[in-house]
Amino acid sequence: MNGNGKKKRIGVFVCHCGVNIAGVVDVERVAKALEGYSGVSFSTHYIYMCSEPGQNMILETIREEKLDSIIVAACSPTLHEKTFQSVIELAGLNPYQVEIANIREQDSWVHSDKEKATLKAIKIVKSMVEKVLQNESLEPIRVGVTRRALVIGAGISGIQSALDIADHGYEVLLVEKNPSIGGHMIQLSETFPTLDCSQCIMTPKMVEASRHPNIRILTYHEVESISGYVGNFKVKIRKKPRFVDPDKCTMCADCEDVCPQIVSDEFNMGLSFRKAIYLPFPQAVPGTYTLDIENCLGLLPIRCGKCKEVCEPDAINYDDQETVFEEEVGAVVVSTGYDLYDLNHLGEFGGEKYEDVINGLEFERILSASGPTGGEVRRPSDGKVPKNVVFIQCCGSRDPENHNPYCSKICCMYTSKHAMLYKHHVPDGNATVFYIDVRTGGKNFEEFYQRTIDEDQVLYVRGKVSKVYKEGDKIIVWGVDTLTGRKIEMEADLVVLAMSMVQTDGVNELLKKLRISSDANGWLSEAHPKLRPVESLNAGFYLAGCAHGPKDIPETVSQASAAVAKVGDLFAQEQLLHEPTVVPVDEDLCSGCGICVTICPYSARELDKEKGVVKVNEVLCEGCGACAAACPSGAAQQRNQTDDQIFSMVRAILRG
Amino acid sequence: MRTILKLGKQEHRFIDRISELSGENVYSCYQCGRCSAGCPMAFEMDILPNQLIRLVQLGEEEALIASKTLFICASCFTCQSRCPKGINIANVAEAIRYLAEPKGKDHFGPDEVPAELADELP
Repeated sequence: MNGNGKKKRIGVFVCHCGVNIAGVVDVERVAKALEGYSGVSFSTHYIYMCSEPGQNMILETIREEKLDSIIVAACSPTLHEKTFQSVIELAGLNPYQVEIANIREQDSWVHSDKEKATLKAIKIVKSMVEKVLQNESLEPIRVGVTRRALVIGAGISGIQSALDIADHGYEVLLVEKNPSIGGHMIQLSETFPTLDCSQCIMTPKMVEASRHPNIRILTYHEVESISGYVGNFKVKIRKKPRFVDPDKCTMCADCEDVCPQIVSDEFNMGLSFRKAIYLPFPQAVPGTYTLDIENCLGLLPIRCGKCKEVCEPDAINYDDQETVFEEEVGAVVVSTGYDLYDLNHLGEFGGEKYEDVINGLEFERILSASGPTGGEVRRPSDGKVPKNVVFIQCCGSRDPENHNPYCSKICCMYTSKHAMLYKHHVPDGNATVFYIDVRTGGKNFEEFYQRTIDEDQVLYVRGKVSKVYKEGDKIIVWGVDTLTGRKIEMEADLVVLAMSMVQTDGVNELLKKLRISSDANGWLSEAHPKLRPVESLNAGFYLAGCAHGPKDIPETVSQASAAVAKVGDLFAQEQLLHEPTVVPVDEDLCSGCGICVTICPYSARELDKEKGVVKVNEVLCEGCGACAAACPSGAAQQRNQTDDQIFSMVRAILRG
Repeated sequence: MRTILKLGKQEHRFIDRISELSGENVYSCYQCGRCSAGCPMAFEMDILPNQLIRLVQLGEEEALIASKTLFICASCFTCQSRCPKGINIANVAEAIRYLAEPKGKDHFGPDEVPAELADELP
């Protein structure tokens, strides 16, 4: 009998899954054991239920036997529940009248005793019969979609995502915490494997983004929090005070000239200086000065106020305030990029003690025509042209014992590029690369690396450096050439470390609030490592660029465009469907204790103080069932997973 | 000279014995060479620490027992502190020495102590 007192006609279909199930479970016996069990009017077995003949057999049987619900005893419901739901929908039944009895992952794959495994399979199927007997027909919950996207982080991945979404015809908010968009890519000198100048290919994209009518760029802004659900997010964005009106600023540099505060320049990786009021770099977007309040002498005109005095267009406003505002979006692309592993972790290389032991991004700035040395290769300590440069790969990468276990992927190629460019700048200098393996899996990558060795005569030494220290003016490097079996000691004028890439500070804290998961190394997790690589498991969030893991520019751009294709999928829908297997509240039973409110991980429940009962936002509810388990009065009952259903399932299993 | 690479029962037994005695997973070495790069005794060694691990992986018991490196290793543990895979190479060397001893391959017997040092030694 079902909940309505009507008798059900249930069909049981036992799958062999080749030998995956049938090799351990006697499927014929399972099908036979279910014949005549309460409510079961039909029971059979077949080699592959998910195959087209298998699906057709189910479809025909439903029609012939006039079944109203079915059980497929097969693999985990994560794999084929959708398949069989669509089969019974074709037969005109409600998709929530199908249940999957998992006799593969939870039985045949984990047992070897055939007799016991078969008995267990019978119990699992019988328990599902008990569940189906009380299953209600459900309709999905329908919600609207806000066709507007948020992109967090405006490096190359964020800019590409924003441009693509905007070109699809949707509005985009592009939020960047720094004063200009551009990210790390705009800091690079040249890019492998074609050596085109990074600024030359990046700035057109930046300008395009700033001119696009569908893109609203919010630089010097940070995302504070995101609430809501797929298609209907509410984002709190914090605007940091810039104290300069971008619309009025003409970039005349008068303010910069009079500013007395000199601080280290982040864009040049601390290799040069800037003023407290500054333009991050000449092509900055938006083209405006920013007053860095942390380094400003103070906004009181009595203390300094020089910049405001000289500003002809009157663009400087000392009364600028931090504000927080809310925006509504339907999808979020997370493209927050990466940081470099801190040099201080490598004490054996001197940490940050030696000025001439630098990381790859610092060397990019030294190579860059717009960098602190005007494009000449000079070392930071004394400005001399280094004649012996040592490059060390895998600094902090591939080291599960002390640092990061993963490969940072781009270092082999950029080290090769660094060594090549150095030789172009200083043809009589020596470039030596210490490596463990050289990985050049990418289009035209291997050819580029070969060129570094063949034409630019860079010496590759196979062995990891153990120690870098200073002796007088020289830096001494202790390495090994494992190919000849010799321990090597060499003098260097400059040492460039290919530091490991790591997740940006603070990103994981923000994303924990959004329940986007990350892996053991802090990189954001995709929904499926092969089949859903650009989506997060949390619906409505998409991943682009290095926030998801180390990758080079071509791969980042591809992932950004792929993520936007998925945003397009979402925005193309008239209405979004949400699983109806949520946990509503029986107001007559609810005592308003609020235990379920605190236990809900999705903030889907709140206490209605007036009525003294709990209210549920069904769209936010993911049906995890935590509240149903916690509810002391039984007011919270999950649809098609009620306490009654669970108890009958347990009874069926205990009965045998 | 041609070396025949053979990973038979005897070789596996040797590798297993070394793993058991040293408590180290010798298979996990990926030959970065960092142990050799930092070894303060490497200049006296006939085979470098990374080569020592390699020879264990190849099951080359005889070559290992014949090597001077075994008795030059000062067990200072610099290699272990730098090893990205956390292998304690000094422990592996100790395990090989343990196996070498009954085979009479002790490189420094008491009767070999030079006369001028004999008084100073316990």
